[in-house]
Amino acid sequence: MANLQVEIAGVRMKNPLIAASGTIGYGREYAQLFPLSILGGISTKGTTLEPRMGNPTPRVAETPMGMLNSVGLENPGVDYFLREDLPYLMQQDTVVIANIAGSTIEDYRGMAQKLDRSGVQMIELNISCPNVREGGAAFGCSTASAAEVTRAVRQATSKPLMVKLTPNVTNIAEIAQSVEAEGADAVSLINTLLGMRIDVQSRRPVLKPNFGGLSGPAVLPVAVRMVYQVAQAVSIPVVGLGGIAKWQDAVQMMLAGAAAFQVGSALFADPYTPQKILNGLETYLSDHGVAEVTELTGAVKPW
Amino acid sequence: MVSSSFLIRSKRQLTSDAVYFVVDCAPLAQAAQPGQFVQVGVPGFFLRRPISVCTIDGSTIGLVIAARGEGTGNLLQLEAGDTIDLLGPLGHGFEVADLQAPIALVGGGIGVPPLAALAKKMPQAQAFLGFQTRAQVMLEDAFSHAVVCTDDGSYGVHGLVTQPLEQALRQRKPSLICACGPRPMLQAVAQLAEQYQVPCQVSLEERMACGVGACLVCQCRLIRDGKEFSAHVCKDGPVFSAEEVF
Repeated sequence: MANLQVEIAGVRMKNPLIAASGTIGYGREYAQLFPLSILGGISTKGTTLEPRMGNPTPRVAETPMGMLNSVGLENPGVDYFLREDLPYLMQQDTVVIANIAGSTIEDYRGMAQKLDRSGVQMIELNISCPNVREGGAAFGCSTASAAEVTRAVRQATSKPLMVKLTPNVTNIAEIAQSVEAEGADAVSLINTLLGMRIDVQSRRPVLKPNFGGLSGPAVLPVAVRMVYQVAQAVSIPVVGLGGIAKWQDAVQMMLAGAAAFQVGSALFADPYTPQKILNGLETYLSDHGVAEVTELTGAVKPW
Repeated sequence: MVSSSFLIRSKRQLTSDAVYFVVDCAPLAQAAQPGQFVQVGVPGFFLRRPISVCTIDGSTIGLVIAARGEGTGNLLQLEAGDTIDLLGPLGHGFEVADLQAPIALVGGGIGVPPLAALAKKMPQAQAFLGFQTRAQVMLEDAFSHAVVCTDDGSYGVHGLVTQPLEQALRQRKPSLICACGPRPMLQAVAQLAEQYQVPCQVSLEERMACGVGACLVCQCRLIRDGKEFSAHVCKDGPVFSAEEVF
């Protein structure tokens, strides 16, 4: 049987499948359907310094082969996470990745300091959030602000640091290089694509905040392309996500250059997606005589 | 909680746009409680659709699905002998401490089916069922004691369910009201319940993704212990105490 182990940012994982932030909460709900220990890692719900109620509903809409969400970072705050959820997650025999978000540099720094003293094994820095001091443009939308927030967090923690990139930019490879230069140990991409759906009868946007983030199988080819471009541009590991729903999608992502991959909204359609992908991946590796899953990373043969 | 494909045993048209499916799903039926729901996979669509459990009978459950959009429209194409993809049972159903107690069930439109399983457990329950017109009346026979109202008077009592409900509250107070239906109806029922000092549980509807409480899209803001509290319809509900919601 092929070896599925990977190492991302110095953290060893039993397999390259990470449950994506925002789709699995802090783990407890889906643990009723499958043991979390099958996962290489779990990236928590995006957590902020203070509790957040998020946006008004409706905050989900179906789209062709996907969905829009506008949850708006609802979460119970980092202190609650550390007290109530982290002890549980630490017992699940999977790598715990804390996904952190903020609206100022100080927020991010404060989060990183608190997590630095905790048992989380990696920090995933969500830089798709609006920077309130800079007029609300996302931190991840310019090389300067992406670098600034990465630098602040890097100084505040020695935990392995993975920066999650937004695809809503002109040149994602440049952003990846800017966070690599500031000490990011890995990058994950893509976060959701900004989208909108309108009810033609009421002429109202379906989502109360008008816009939302697009995820699901519809975004897979965009994600694969961006992972491919970023993997060419940086030397740190790339974790690929966006629309992975079956093992073939995960293999594509790795061939494009991902060292590991995340599975997100596919869980909503089928909660057994992670197990099915892992089974399919093993079969693929053995059918192709591949001994180590790491051999897939970047093994695409471009024309 | 299970997620699997199950066999549709029978299909019955209830109204022009609503169908009653009976599904063979022993593991789900054995765990399901009145007021809970299932997430139904829709061929050709990404997200599941939350559908209340209408009846629970040994190894089967009954689901009433009404065509509300393209997704639910596709589900109505399923036939007896086909399989249907269900995740459930999900959520927090009605809480009835005493099954012999005199309770009132108040349902509006597609809010009627979730009350049927409760009515079966509590045959003495008095139901008040509201529909827009005669053509939409469904499941009257699932309730031993039902007052049916229509908005246009084409069947039963002409008017809203709150009228006969208030009459009943004046005459003989039930120990509990359980309600499911459009939000304005729930709000009016909750007001009456407060006025007549009767505990009231309401079943809410919200667009969902995961159905298990992980994705947080189906938020319902409650007032709990004097403070705003973020609940989620799929996990903390769909049934809530009315005083927390309104």
